[in-house]
Amino acid sequence: MSKRIDVSGLHVYYGDFLAVEDVSMTIEPRSVTAFIGSSGCGKSTFLRTLNRMHEVTPGARVQGKVMLDDQDIYAPEVDPVAVRREIGMVFQRPNPFPTMSIYDNVIAGARLNNQRMPKARADELVERSLRGANLWDEVKDRLNRPGAGLSGGQQQRLCIARAIAVEPAVLLMDEPCSALDPISTLAIEDLISQLKENYTIVIVTHNMQQAARVSDVTAFFNLAGTGKPGKLIEMGETNKIFTKPDKKETENYITGRFG
Amino acid sequence: MATTTDPTSTGAAGGAHLRNAGLFGGTLPRWVPPALLVVLAGAVAGVLLAAGAFNAPLLAVLTTVAYAVAITVASAIVENRRRATDRLVTAVVYTCFALAMVPLVSLLWTVLVNGLQRLDGYFLSVSMNGVTPSMDAGGVYHAIVGTISITGFAALISIPIGLMTAIYLVEYGRGRLKQAITFFVDVMTGIPSIVAGLFVVALWMLLFGPGNTNGAAGAISLSVLMIPVVVRSCEEMLRLVPNELREASYALGVPKWLTIVKVVLPTAIAGITTGVMLALARVIGETAPLILTAGSSAVAINWNLFDGQMMSLPVFIYSQVRMGGAINYERAWAAALTLILVVMLLFLLARLVSRFFAPKLGR
Ligand SMILES: Nc1ncnc2c1ncn2[C@@H]1O[C@H](COP(=O)(O)OP(=O)(O)OP(=O)(O)O)[C@@H](O)[C@H]1O
Ligand SMILES: [Mg+2]
Repeated sequence: MSKRIDVSGLHVYYGDFLAVEDVSMTIEPRSVTAFIGSSGCGKSTFLRTLNRMHEVTPGARVQGKVMLDDQDIYAPEVDPVAVRREIGMVFQRPNPFPTMSIYDNVIAGARLNNQRMPKARADELVERSLRGANLWDEVKDRLNRPGAGLSGGQQQRLCIARAIAVEPAVLLMDEPCSALDPISTLAIEDLISQLKENYTIVIVTHNMQQAARVSDVTAFFNLAGTGKPGKLIEMGETNKIFTKPDKKETENYITGRFG
Repeated sequence: MATTTDPTSTGAAGGAHLRNAGLFGGTLPRWVPPALLVVLAGAVAGVLLAAGAFNAPLLAVLTTVAYAVAITVASAIVENRRRATDRLVTAVVYTCFALAMVPLVSLLWTVLVNGLQRLDGYFLSVSMNGVTPSMDAGGVYHAIVGTISITGFAALISIPIGLMTAIYLVEYGRGRLKQAITFFVDVMTGIPSIVAGLFVVALWMLLFGPGNTNGAAGAISLSVLMIPVVVRSCEEMLRLVPNELREASYALGVPKWLTIVKVVLPTAIAGITTGVMLALARVIGETAPLILTAGSSAVAINWNLFDGQMMSLPVFIYSQVRMGGAINYERAWAAALTLILVVMLLFLLARLVSRFFAPKLGR
């Protein structure tokens, strides 16, 4: 189920603006990879190229190769919709569908694709996904209430439930805990550790402790300077990155010294 | 200072030192503004009566001015400058609101009073077939039938075309073609309605030969007017749907067209319905193009859009007024009231429809 991602020589553009330059990396299956780096260095942008969400922005394009196992997802014959079914995503800001109930939000992936599902299976999927996102106990009595009526943190967990309900091979998470309290954050981190048994997980975070706690591999991005594109500076075992990184830049960032 | 002039909060025992600190200024009691207004109105009325120059508009104007001055001065004395400004601006805003309501209320009142003279079940249920213009008989049923079928057909043409154009512009369009369509929609919005009528007359002349216009021609001319309005309002509503929802849907592996049908449209449906209804209300009162196309002399009930002339409510009003007799004016007013009622009914329907479709917040 879980798949490897292999990126080589990837340049990411918004129109003429080069946002991320020349990234090559391998993301191993059944592992958690964390992206860290200062704001605006292109972590979200790069993450979105991994499931072809980047090209949804008008004028946005990429150069280079992204392999999902043996398949180049940017090959001309590849359908981006199929790629996104394989590689799910949780966004920085929670975005439940306002027209749908909590229940419908969770099985939105199936419903929106017109997939028919027996009621019992749908119920089971909803419960499993909500439990997986640590939200079940809070919402089990009001599954038919609108999803937009939840608190911000609950909405984010609803979005995680929605993403894992389609059972992707890879799960991309863009700062999934930035709106959450410490307890929900821990719950999500536990969830991530469980999910990595079956999925490949990539998580963007500004929280060093979180990166250290959940990830097996850490990638550090940085800007070469203002107006310059973001770059992958260093990538390696989380332990190593956080204790004795190869690059001075990485060490400065991790220990909180800049410049 | 202003510490003892506050009669409403004498019970706030612990507030004394705060008041001295200036947190509690004096406040005019809640009953002062309405009481002041009533008293001033009475006083002004008395003065006007005494001077023998009493009339309602003058009373309203003088009372308003007197009230604005009095409340500002009173507030400046008892309260403070900021409150006084607030009271003055409040008075001005209410006055403007009342001014805006004057023509509306007056219009509705006139139509109601004049229209009710003739509006009854009989008037609504018979046509003018076999009725001479000055006869005390006849009704508006044939015009209702015409209005409903012509605008209904116009809506049937305009809503799909308009909505799909809007979807194209918001979701798919880019570059030259999008600019061109936006430009032409803007131009179409400005087309005078009589020109739309002439256009259809010419078209029918080409297609079916002279003298063959019918209800369908009227509907087409109305849809020429209606389409740009539908495009504009739907476009606006679709743009209001946050991009994050589209992205959330794409990220679940939902293709673009399903995202539009199942996420974007349901989110925007309430606004779209309102926009469509406004467009309908805009064309339902159109007169000129219908005179040119559907005809102005039909007297019989005709449900067939494709055969023969068709009367409609606005054209009925126009032709009755043209005849000029007292009874014709009565008919025209009653028809005007009917038209307003039809529009109101439409809006009610729109409300129900959008409530039915809109995000289910309760259950
Ligand atoms: N839609 C867009 N159009 C043009 N430029 C964009 C767009 N989105 C992002 N950028 C630019 O791309 C660069 C990278 O942005 P990105 O959002 O990937 O940063 P980030 O690393 O995720 O930052 P943060 O940690 O604050 O989320 C920035 O310079 C940003 O201004
Ligand atoms: Mg980001």
